[in-house]
Amino acid sequence: MTALDRRADSRDGSVAPARSDAGARRVDRVLMKGNEAIAEAAIAVGCDAYFGYPITPQAELLEWMARRMPEEGRVFVQAESELAAINMALGASAAGARVLVSSSSPGISLMAEAMSYMAGSRLPVVLVNVMRGGPGLGSIGAAQGDYLQATKGHGHGDYHVPVLAPSSIAEAIDLVRDAFILAERYRTPVMILADGILGQAMEPVAPAFRTLERQRPDWALEGAEGRPPRVLKSLHLRPEDLEEQDLALQRVYDEIRRSEQRWAGERLDDPDIVLVAYGSAARVARTAVERLREDGVGAGLFRPITLWPFPSEPLRHVARGARAVLAVEMSAGQLVEDVRLAIEGALPVSLHGRMGGMVPSPDGVVEAARRALSTGGEDGR
Amino acid sequence: MERSTVIAGFGGQGILFAGKVLAEAAMLEGREVLWIPSYGPEMRGGTASCTVIIADKTIGSPVVDRADHAVALNPPSMAKYGPIVAKGGLLVVNTTLIEAQAGRDDIEVLEVPCTAVAQRAGDDKLVSVVALGALIGRRRLVEPETVHRALAIVLGDRHADMVEMDAAAFDAGFAASLEPVAAPPRA
Amino acid sequence: MTVGEPLVEQEGRTVYRRPQLLSNPTSYCPGCGHGIVHRLVAEVLEELGVGGKTILVGSVGCSVFAYDFLALDSVESPHGRAPAVATGVKRVRPDRVVFTYQGDGDLAAIGTAEIVHAAARGERITVIFVNNGIYGMTGGQMAPTTLAGQQTTSSPRGRDVATQGYPLPVTEMLSLLPGVQYAARGSVADPALVGKTRAAIRRAFEVQLEDRGFSIVEVLSTCPVGWGLTPVEAMERLRTTVMDAYPVGTFVDRARGIAPSLPTPGAPHRSVTEGF
Repeated sequence: MTALDRRADSRDGSVAPARSDAGARRVDRVLMKGNEAIAEAAIAVGCDAYFGYPITPQAELLEWMARRMPEEGRVFVQAESELAAINMALGASAAGARVLVSSSSPGISLMAEAMSYMAGSRLPVVLVNVMRGGPGLGSIGAAQGDYLQATKGHGHGDYHVPVLAPSSIAEAIDLVRDAFILAERYRTPVMILADGILGQAMEPVAPAFRTLERQRPDWALEGAEGRPPRVLKSLHLRPEDLEEQDLALQRVYDEIRRSEQRWAGERLDDPDIVLVAYGSAARVARTAVERLREDGVGAGLFRPITLWPFPSEPLRHVARGARAVLAVEMSAGQLVEDVRLAIEGALPVSLHGRMGGMVPSPDGVVEAARRALSTGGEDGR
Repeated sequence: MERSTVIAGFGGQGILFAGKVLAEAAMLEGREVLWIPSYGPEMRGGTASCTVIIADKTIGSPVVDRADHAVALNPPSMAKYGPIVAKGGLLVVNTTLIEAQAGRDDIEVLEVPCTAVAQRAGDDKLVSVVALGALIGRRRLVEPETVHRALAIVLGDRHADMVEMDAAAFDAGFAASLEPVAAPPRA
Repeated sequence: MTVGEPLVEQEGRTVYRRPQLLSNPTSYCPGCGHGIVHRLVAEVLEELGVGGKTILVGSVGCSVFAYDFLALDSVESPHGRAPAVATGVKRVRPDRVVFTYQGDGDLAAIGTAEIVHAAARGERITVIFVNNGIYGMTGGQMAPTTLAGQQTTSSPRGRDVATQGYPLPVTEMLSLLPGVQYAARGSVADPALVGKTRAAIRRAFEVQLEDRGFSIVEVLSTCPVGWGLTPVEAMERLRTTVMDAYPVGTFVDRARGIAPSLPTPGAPHRSVTEGF
C-alpha cells in the first residue's frame, strides 16, 4: 500500500499523523532545512536527474543537489536559465528518467511553457515551487501568490497539474515521494507548492527517507531498435486529432479528481467557523484555532493537501453545520476562490490574506474569525 | 507547552548559529522544534534574526506574534522585538551595545554585557552563544549539558576545535544571568 | 516507392537506395532543402549503424514534422529549447546518440541562450542547424540570419541593419567555445556541396560517438516560397548571394587540429594580452 493509498483511506479528516507530530521522545532525528529535506527525499526515491537555476528562497535545494547527485552517480546540471532547466527535465523525462526541478515564483513563471508541453506530451516530472512575494521580482519573503497560477493554469492550453502543498518539513518529505508516484501513475507533471518559510525553516526529521520502486516506462525513448519509433509530442495539427488527445487528457484529470483528493482537518467536531488554509498559513491558522478554542469559540481547521484537485466535497461536508468559513492565505484572495466554489453560497465565506512576504499572525487570524462570525462573512482583508 | 524565542542582532554576531544550537539541543531532548531564519540580502551586513519554537506537541504558527523570549544583541533588535515579548516573558539585552531601556514592566528584562563577556571568553563573535547561556540560565528550555552536546554537533568535525571555546562562552553567559546585579530593570 | 527498394539499378550496381530511416515522403515545399538534409542524416545514421539507438530532438518551424519523416525515437521541444531538451536526454542516456534538428529562427533567435550554453558545456550532442535565412512556417518573416537588405514579410523594405541589426553568424560564434569539438557549415546548393555536407554530418556524429564534445553542422538551405523565387532561382541565390555571406567550411575539428586562432576563455592569447 502506497502513501497515497493510505491517505485516500483517511479522507474523513482523521489523517494519520505526519512524522513531525509530537509524542514520544525520539532521539534518532536530524534537523534539516525544508529545501534540503525536499532534495534528499527526492534522492531517496531514486530521482535520476535534477536541473535548476539559483533563486532565493530555494537556492539550498540546488546546492544540496549539486553536492549529493554526483555522489550518487546521478545527473545534476545548473542550467543557464529556468527555461533551460525545465526543458532539460523534459528531455530527461522523455528518456524515462525520474526528474526533479525546483525554483521560486519568477522562475516558475519562466517554466510555464515547458510545463504545458510536458502535460500535452504526457511526460512526468516533479516541480517544486518555493514561493516568494510578487508580482514581478516582488520580495524574497514567503508568500502564496502563485496559487492560481499553480491550480488554474500555469501555461497555455487545457491542462492541469496535481499540486501538493506541505505544511511541515516532514510532510514535504512524504509529499515528494507521493508526487513522483502521482507523476508516474498518471504520466503528468506534478507540482509541490511550498513557500519561503518551509524552504528556509529547519525541523527535526527521521533521516531514513523512503524509497520508491520503479518500472521502466513503456513509452520512454531509448532508440527504436527492433520496434516502431516512439514520438513524444503535443502537436496535433488536425483539430479532430487534438480534441481526441485533449479528451483523453481530461479523462485522466477526471480520474485524478476522483482518486487523489487529499486534505487534513483539526478540531472539526461541530465547528461554528471553519478556517481553510494550506502550507505555512495553515500552521498560523492552527494556532489561531487553538486560541479561539481557548476562548470558547468553536473553530476548526480544514487544510487542503491537494490544491488541485481541490477537496471541494470534503470541505462542503465538514462545513455543513458551521456559520461561517474563513480562508487564510498569504495572497490577496486566491485560495478563497476555490473555497467559495466548494461552499456554493451555502455559507458566508470571508478572507484573511497578507501579501508581499508578510505572513498572517495568529492574533490577526483570530480577529478575522471573530469578525467573520459577527458580520456573517463581510470580506475583511 | 510551547515556547518561542527570537534572537536578533547584526549579521556576523552568530545569530543563526545560536538559534541552531538551541534547536539542536531541544531536538536532542526529544522535543518538537522549528527554526526559522531571516534570509536573503538583509543578512549580508544588515540585521539578522532567527526564531526557535520548542514544544511538546506539533508546532503551529511559524510566525511569532507573542515571543516568550527575545534576545536583543543590537539597538534595532531591541526596538523591533522588545515590544513583542509576551507578558511575563524574558528579554535578554546586550548592554555592551544597547543603552536604551526596554520600557516594559510586565516582562523580565535581563541585562548582560554579552559582547564584553564574549570578548573575555576569547572572541566577540561568541556574543550570541553568551546570550544563549544567559537565556538558558533564566529559562531552562534545555539542560546546559545538552547545549554542550549540541554545540559539538552543530560545529561538526570541521570546527571541532572551537567547541571548547563556545562551551566556555555559553557557561560564562549562563553564570552572568545568575548574578543578582543583572536582575532589576533600570528605573 | 517501397522503402529500401533500389530506385535505379544498372548492371546490378545500386546508384541510390532510399535509407530505411526515411519513413514517409516529406511534405516540404518544392525546392525546399529540408528533404535533402533529412536524407543525409538518415544515410549517415544508417552508415554508422546507430539508427536504432538514436533519439531525435525536434524543434519548432518547418522541420517540426521531422519525426514524421525519420523513423527515429523522437521528442518535441518548445521553440528554441531543443539543445536543453537534448542535454536532458543525453545526460540520462549517455549511451545513446542524441541530435537536434533546428532551423535558424529556432536556433539563432529564440533559442540563442540554449544553443550557446549547450555548446559551452560541451554537451555530447550533435546539432543539425538548417539555415535558410527566414521564418518559413509562419510566412517568410525576417530571421536573425536574414541577409542585410533582404526583403521579407517583416522587413518589407529590406533588412535595414541600422534598425534591424546584422546577420548572426552562429556557427562562427560557437567555434570560439572550447566545448565545441566540431563545427562546420555546408550547403545544399549543388551535388558536390551536398556530398561534402554529408561528410560533415558524418563527422559530427562520429565526434559524438567518440564522446569528444559538442558538434554542429550548419546547412545553408533554401526557402523558395519565403524568398519569392522558383526552386531553380532559389538554388542559384543560395550558391551566390547566400554563400558569399556565409562561407562554407570546417571551422572546428579539434581532434584533427582544426581550431580557431582566436583567444578562448581561460587561455590568454598573446596578441590580446600584449600592448594592453
